Amino acid sequence: MSALALRDAVAEYGTIRVLGPLSLTLAVGEHVALVGKSGAGKSTLLSVMFDRWRDRGPALMPQDLGLVPTLSVFHNVYMGGLSRHHGWYNLVTLARPFRRDVHAIMPLLEHLDIADKCWTPVGELSGGERQRVAAARAIHQGGNLLLADEPVSALDGPLAEQLMAALTTAYPTAVLAMHDVELALRFTDRVVGIADGCIALDEPSLRLSAQDLLPLY
Amino acid sequence: MWQSATVRTSLGFIALAIACAFFADFQISTQAPWQELGRLMLGLVMPDFLAVDFLGEALLRTLAFAFVGVGLGAFTGLLLALVFHSAWVRTGCAFVRAIHELFWALIFLQFFGLHPLTGVLAIAIPYAGIFAKVYAEILDETDPQPARVLPQGSGRVSGLAFTRLSQAWPHLVNYTSYRLECGLRSSAVLGFVGMPTLGYYLESAFAQGLYGSVGALLILFYVLIATLKLWVRPRLLPFYLLAAPFLLGSGLPIVWSNVSRFFTQDIVPTPLRNGEGISGLMTWLLDLMTTQALPGIWNTLLLTQIALVITGTLAMMLFPLISRHFTGRISGTLGHVALVVMRSTPEYLLAFILLQLWGPSMLPAVVALALHNGGIIAHLVGQRSNQLTLRQDAPRGLDRYAYEVAPRVYGPFLALLFYRWEIIMRETAILGILGIATLGFYVDSAIQEIRFDRALVLILITALLNIGVDILARRLRSRLRLRHTATSEP
Repeated sequence: MSALALRDAVAEYGTIRVLGPLSLTLAVGEHVALVGKSGAGKSTLLSVMFDRWRDRGPALMPQDLGLVPTLSVFHNVYMGGLSRHHGWYNLVTLARPFRRDVHAIMPLLEHLDIADKCWTPVGELSGGERQRVAAARAIHQGGNLLLADEPVSALDGPLAEQLMAALTTAYPTAVLAMHDVELALRFTDRVVGIADGCIALDEPSLRLSAQDLLPLY
Repeated sequence: MWQSATVRTSLGFIALAIACAFFADFQISTQAPWQELGRLMLGLVMPDFLAVDFLGEALLRTLAFAFVGVGLGAFTGLLLALVFHSAWVRTGCAFVRAIHELFWALIFLQFFGLHPLTGVLAIAIPYAGIFAKVYAEILDETDPQPARVLPQGSGRVSGLAFTRLSQAWPHLVNYTSYRLECGLRSSAVLGFVGMPTLGYYLESAFAQGLYGSVGALLILFYVLIATLKLWVRPRLLPFYLLAAPFLLGSGLPIVWSNVSRFFTQDIVPTPLRNGEGISGLMTWLLDLMTTQALPGIWNTLLLTQIALVITGTLAMMLFPLISRHFTGRISGTLGHVALVVMRSTPEYLLAFILLQLWGPSMLPAVVALALHNGGIIAHLVGQRSNQLTLRQDAPRGLDRYAYEVAPRVYGPFLALLFYRWEIIMRETAILGILGIATLGFYVDSAIQEIRFDRALVLILITALLNIGVDILARRLRSRLRLRHTATSEP
């Protein structure tokens, strides 16, 4: 996989420009954190990235998670792999999951501490549990690139760290919009600060401290 | 997935319908059913608009009866909605709306004869019951806070107008305009029992084999309903409402002696009229139950359950036609047209047509019920699906349907289907008038034999059956925790 590049990307709602023009190049194997106050354009940038790099098959974890509340945790996670199977196989799975898929997904749920909820409809879960289901879905999807919007916003403490570790281990290259600056610095290699739809800061994480990011907020 | 209560309930219904199908009678008894259908299609493709005077009259009368009936029903319904907390009003409304417009028409025909009042009351009475219930639900859903902060002594009427009514107004208008569409269908169907509306002309055109006229009538009716939003404007409404009562036609005068005879003699059970006392009444009732009511109930239930499941299946299959997650602009418009035609055709009219083509059996009834109701539910579920926002990376095609959209709309779909259950049963009973052995068949034969006492008991049984199904449906909805609001109601 060659490097991922955006050149002069813009996004507009009607006539109002909310993003760009901005250019950004991602090296393969890089974990990038997008930081900035809410409304700065992080989600829009992720959405633009998803559109531009669609042919690379990125996994997407949107801020509103995009889970189906009436389906079980298992089925929501399985949805990450829908495109790997035939339509009929997916229909049968909807009625009765195959054992090998359960075997594939169960360890993932165990790792994220939600194995006991495997057959519970997602609509009945708490916010933190839902976020872990969405992460499990993204991990189950697999691939080279992950685009995640606030993946741990509903979690705190060790659970948030555990999930960050799981996501960054599963994907060699990832762009994660983050509001927790400490976590961003610990789990990513590079921090891109967004302000008013443009890049205000772009540094390796090692060179930054939480103090350096304060002006962005 | 099998643990889900909604899925288990659905499977129960499907199993029941399959069991019912073994007892049902599905056969095509006409000689050349497809040839007839071909002639009808030809009539639709080459309609004959030349019979202008009777086409105009058919449409004018259909409109007039709909406006007067729905207007009267809406006005009475609004008044009743304000006192809907009374158990008497609630029960009364449940009762009058459990009796189909055509049954009301058959009752009024016996003493008002072919006077316009028969048609008007046949629409206004059941509609008042429906309006009262739905208006009351809509008013209940308004925010009670504004009413609480009104200054002391604001007065009941102005308080109501400024708080609950003004909040609920858009919903009330929406619902009423939807009901006007239903009223047009009801009005058209009243023609089949002799009112001078569309159904009357349709029946005679069919009888004479004038398929060109049938096509013209149907097409004009679809156009009328499809363009409803264009010509029913708030500003024009008072004009329509004022003009409509004068356009009902004169019909035949009311013979008042008939009215008194109906109430004092005709509907009194025969054994009581002949002085046979309570024991005579019991034998009479038992005979009526075993020879007519029970077979009628059995067939009504069979047909309802089969039609309900086919309706649901059809709706879940067809809603993608108008869902933006599956269609583009052109295919979406075509889907809309298809669903408008399906839901604009009253099931009674559809059943009548199919019965002409295929001969009497349960088949035309099931197809008619499923097409009409399936079209309505598909339309509403499709609208619901358009409110969903899918992930950017949502799958396409079958996977999108099975994993993203269907699971999300299934709850609202079931709520709509259960709401429709009672309506399907009411229609099933009424289709008996066309010769399918449901309750309506026995009601109609009793009336033709001039045994109004029997007819009335059978109509009461039908009403109780409908109320029973309505209660069952409400229980199921609350057990499955299906949210159902008045405004989502068709």
